[in-house]
Amino acid sequence: MTVYVPRDSAAVSVGADLVAKTLEAHDIPVVRNGSRGMLWLEPFVEVATRHGRVGYGPVAPEDVPGLLAAGLLEGRDHELCHGPVEHMRWMRDQTRLCFARVGVIDPLSTEDYEAHGGLEGLRAALRKTPAEVVDEVTESGLRGRGGAGFPAGIKWKTVGETPGELKFVCCNADEGDSGTFADRMLIEGDPFTLIEGMTIAAHAVGATEGYIYLRSEYPDAIRVMREAIRKAYARNWLGADILGSGLRFDLFVRVGAGAYICGEETSMLESLEGKRGMVRAKPPIPAITGLFGKPTIVNNVLTLASVPAILAGGAAKYQSLGVERSRGTQVFQLAGNIARGGVFETAFGVTLADLVNDYGGGTRSGRPVKAVQVGGPLGAYLPATRLDLPMDYEAFAAAGAMLGHGGIVVFDDTIDMAAMARFAMEFCAEESCGKCTPCRVGSVRGVEVIDRIVAGQDTDANLALLNDLCELMTDGSLCAMGGLTPNPVRSALLHFPEDFS
Amino acid sequence: MASNGHLTPADRADRVRAIVAAHREDRGALMPILHDIQDEFGHLDPDIVPMLAGELNISRAELHGVITFYTDFRAEPPGRTTLRLCRAEACKSVGAEQLVAHAEQVLGIKTGQTTPDGSVTLGQVFCLGNCALGPAAQVNGRLHGRLDPRRLDDLLATETAGS
Repeated sequence: MTVYVPRDSAAVSVGADLVAKTLEAHDIPVVRNGSRGMLWLEPFVEVATRHGRVGYGPVAPEDVPGLLAAGLLEGRDHELCHGPVEHMRWMRDQTRLCFARVGVIDPLSTEDYEAHGGLEGLRAALRKTPAEVVDEVTESGLRGRGGAGFPAGIKWKTVGETPGELKFVCCNADEGDSGTFADRMLIEGDPFTLIEGMTIAAHAVGATEGYIYLRSEYPDAIRVMREAIRKAYARNWLGADILGSGLRFDLFVRVGAGAYICGEETSMLESLEGKRGMVRAKPPIPAITGLFGKPTIVNNVLTLASVPAILAGGAAKYQSLGVERSRGTQVFQLAGNIARGGVFETAFGVTLADLVNDYGGGTRSGRPVKAVQVGGPLGAYLPATRLDLPMDYEAFAAAGAMLGHGGIVVFDDTIDMAAMARFAMEFCAEESCGKCTPCRVGSVRGVEVIDRIVAGQDTDANLALLNDLCELMTDGSLCAMGGLTPNPVRSALLHFPEDFS
Repeated sequence: MASNGHLTPADRADRVRAIVAAHREDRGALMPILHDIQDEFGHLDPDIVPMLAGELNISRAELHGVITFYTDFRAEPPGRTTLRLCRAEACKSVGAEQLVAHAEQVLGIKTGQTTPDGSVTLGQVFCLGNCALGPAAQVNGRLHGRLDPRRLDDLLATETAGS
């Protein structure tokens, strides 16, 4: 009999530690797994039975005696029982590649990891030449999951073909966008997958050192990642002679310090070098002139965590999922004012309405959906009438929005969209690195102009001014911070003009 | 986070030098060094800047520039309890701003300030990665979700008890 209670920080934030303690006080040993991603059911307790793992949630500490009396340990029925977890619709309808092990295993058990298919990707990669690994990733159609959607294989090819004794693999785990938490959940729930993905990348391009830039706002993820790296070294999954292959790769965690801009790749590199996180002009691109001026892969957590499954299952299998030029799966994150929030990994092409209304169950408040923001603070606001959009990079771009990293934040009809537009500018002013004028000054002016519009001062002239300013920021900013801040502002104006008067 | 009221300036300089030495092998070690110093002393006292700059062989201006770029690095010690409320979009959609207003009212301070008795520092943060269970907050490094004014009051009462 095994009882699972998640150690994921979202589960802990609503009492999972207390539930685990209460079970242990009843002499029941508890395994602390990652979260399945059904966050509305956290703390979600699972029991391994002959019929698979049976789930209960949300469980409060005071529910424990009643659950035990009802036969929790045998997986018996109870009002909090959801039956076998794999049969729950939320789980059944997903295609979990990246998140295959998250919530299933003990995140820090190397035995669990291997028993559930861990290292298969790395072993397959080590049987191939570096160029063959790059080809495999290219053929899979994998695109960067951090938001920009750049083909991973092309980036890797550039790094691989750039001569250099010293090359780096950097993982961008500075997941600062509101509405995203999949990087955190993967690191807390299955950190060895990230290590495996980065090691495959190192083999593919000839890199010997890797850095994971993890934000300080995620102390639990930092602890888990560091412990996982320590264990990986002990098992020879990192270090001088990985799995006896002769491959050398050393991996380090570096912690951010509360600067949103450090999620921008060149700013992250500056921070890793021990400097202010000021954005660099591109070119040169990091693939050629990256960390300390050396050829560097910079990929998001989920990009790198997708790689083991691609190498293990083959590019063709991965490529067969998805639509158009958006191949494979995306880990969508349902957040904000939503009844059933969490992570939902599925092939590209599912519609926003399916995710928000069907799986997500609409708003948590029960009021009508007014707006949905996809792709983080720099993504456009979409009105409830545009939920028909299929989730793929190009369809979103065509609708003037961006899919980004697949974070979806839902708002009900009490939200004031003028206030949200103002916040977008305010946030940009606060978090701008200050290097380029359109972002540093434009965002401050943007707040002022929106204030004047809302106050009814010379509205037409100020609306024209705001549009001009947005255009200038879009065209003239050095990076996506200033360049995309107009997205939420203009989409709020376009779809919700009544909120500005 | 230990308070370091009992250390003499010479002791403190020794500790800083030891932290720097521990990172001698690391590439671009400034950020880990600053984190370690702040973890040990609770804040980055401007008094250590000249000495640390000397140890690292960088200018005082450069070091000051790095420290002040990052919001985590504090020049002043924080209160005994640090409460950080998330004010990013997902938490705003479920009432983060009302929660901030409530916290400011019950603590009698503005965001970014510490109560006069030194018990609580009220901070803001833009995303804690708990976006499906907002409004979220971090109290002394621990994550909390689905807060409302009543739960926040309970949490503050528990965390500040005995401090």
